Amino acid sequence: MQSGKLFIKGNEAVALAAIEAGCVHYFGYPITPQSEIPEYLARELPKIGGQFLQAESETAAINMLLGASATGVRSMTSSSGPGISLMQEGISYMAGSELPGVIVDVMRSGPGLGGIDASQADYFQATHGGGHGGYHIIVLAPCSVQEMYDLTMLAFDLSDIYRIPAMVLADAVIGQMKESIVAHPRPATLLPEKSWAVRGKEEGQSQNIVKSLQLGDGEMEAFHWKMHARYQSLSLNECRWEEYLTSDAELIVTAFGSAARIAKSAVEMARDSGLKIGLMRPISLYPFPQAAYRSLSERCKNFLDIELSTGQMINDVKLSVARDTEVFFYGRPPGTGSLPDPEELFQHIKSTLWQLPVQV
Amino acid sequence: MNQVFKRPKSLKYVQSHFCPGCQHGSAHRLVAEALDDLGLSAITIGVASVGCSVFLYEYFDIDVIESPHGRAPAVATGAKRARPDRIIFTYQGDGDLAAIGMSEIIHASNRGEDITVIFVNNTTFGMTGGQMAPTTLSGQKTSTSPYGRDISKDGSPFKMAELLSNFDGVAFSARVALNTPKNVLLAKNAILNSFRYQVERKGFAFVEVLAACPTNWGVTPLKANERVAQDLIPYFPLGIFKNTAEF
Repeated sequence: MQSGKLFIKGNEAVALAAIEAGCVHYFGYPITPQSEIPEYLARELPKIGGQFLQAESETAAINMLLGASATGVRSMTSSSGPGISLMQEGISYMAGSELPGVIVDVMRSGPGLGGIDASQADYFQATHGGGHGGYHIIVLAPCSVQEMYDLTMLAFDLSDIYRIPAMVLADAVIGQMKESIVAHPRPATLLPEKSWAVRGKEEGQSQNIVKSLQLGDGEMEAFHWKMHARYQSLSLNECRWEEYLTSDAELIVTAFGSAARIAKSAVEMARDSGLKIGLMRPISLYPFPQAAYRSLSERCKNFLDIELSTGQMINDVKLSVARDTEVFFYGRPPGTGSLPDPEELFQHIKSTLWQLPVQV
Repeated sequence: MNQVFKRPKSLKYVQSHFCPGCQHGSAHRLVAEALDDLGLSAITIGVASVGCSVFLYEYFDIDVIESPHGRAPAVATGAKRARPDRIIFTYQGDGDLAAIGMSEIIHASNRGEDITVIFVNNTTFGMTGGQMAPTTLSGQKTSTSPYGRDISKDGSPFKMAELLSNFDGVAFSARVALNTPKNVLLAKNAILNSFRYQVERKGFAFVEVLAACPTNWGVTPLKANERVAQDLIPYFPLGIFKNTAEF
């Protein structure tokens, strides 16, 4: 592998991490702003005996992922808004068939064709089961090129362990920018045997069936409760977040992905001018780090949620914090010319502080 | 005593849910016989589609992936790319393959995926209750073409075996029927060959099987069989449209 310090794009970091994670099967369809992922893999996978296939549509791509994953190999696809919408059918079937697999969503603006600027408006689609039937997938939100690498690798492990599809939810900013990263080898995580995979039924072995159809009495309900328990176990064990200067904060700014990155600079500006501001950045959006929010809100009663949308994650923040917590909101819906800079967020942090009741 | 007829090992000893006179059972049997004859069942992965054929895993004693509606060729592509040493086949009906799954079958066949596709054409959506399919014949009455298929507004029925035979990636394309003992034998041979292509890695193989659906055609099994000869075969001629290898 390419190891050590590298200066690469976020999308390239995803591709690099996938190969390092042992994923040599990629199926995808071109769409901005993620095309560096298939381009990198189209170039590199054939050199190592892997399979790169440009599908005829995102619908086909996700189903190729389904087929490959059903045989027990690590497999991946990537896309952006319009393509991810087409993939929702396959993601629902994968969730219903308990299949692992990694989907990278480099968010662009929408709805419809929208635009190619960074957006966080697909938070609902990603975290609340974008397809039919009621399910969740694991959603990890990187805020740097290093995290594009780290979280892609983690997505494969979590997906295999829990048999739930995993999504890396990035956006155009994180996908397109170049940063230096340290490409580390795959961690030695203990992974379960894929005894469920279809590989051909040898004489005397039991038949493996990868399916989502459940017609028996009570079968479907039992499946939902089984998955519900698995989602609870995700919540207990796999929440990830970053807290920055929260211990004495009077106002905690909360944001994910590229918005959190801009917010962090704004928090630093606020600290420089003597304001007690902290940052809470969820890294896993599903499972959402509810307990961490709750515990922060026992101490600090004021949150400012910042998103590149008119507000989606704020619902999960409000559900997580203690009831007497005030959750303010500042959003910049996506589109050309709508990305806020740290100064703008800093000004908004100050104006939020002025609304707070004076402490006596 | 010499046993001349028995259940193929690749089929389970279970009752099927198929209607009386339905020819899915015969098609299943021919596929199972082919897997037995070529000794493939332990390395075969079936891809079930959506429709009456979804219960493939209930009847075949092999590993099976259930595909979303129409996507079986894409699922099979993923499985074959991941496990090129396995035999992968899809088993799809006409609603699944020629309506919602038209894009997937066109592209998988044109890529020359090393898979076998068994396409059961009974000119109707069976499982949902006999609606018009892309292969429903002109004038054929179904629950969604109560006045008969009108080709001036619904278009003409797709001839899939001929259509796919035009693509360079397709190595074998045939249409067979199950209405007479002779046709069953020809069907068996075509299905057997479609798997031989895959064993020899000679490319995409497609067998269209004309099948009777007495329930949704609203006729007895015997009348349904007659309809295959009288109405279906004249429009969907039997034969081999592409054959690039000899075995």
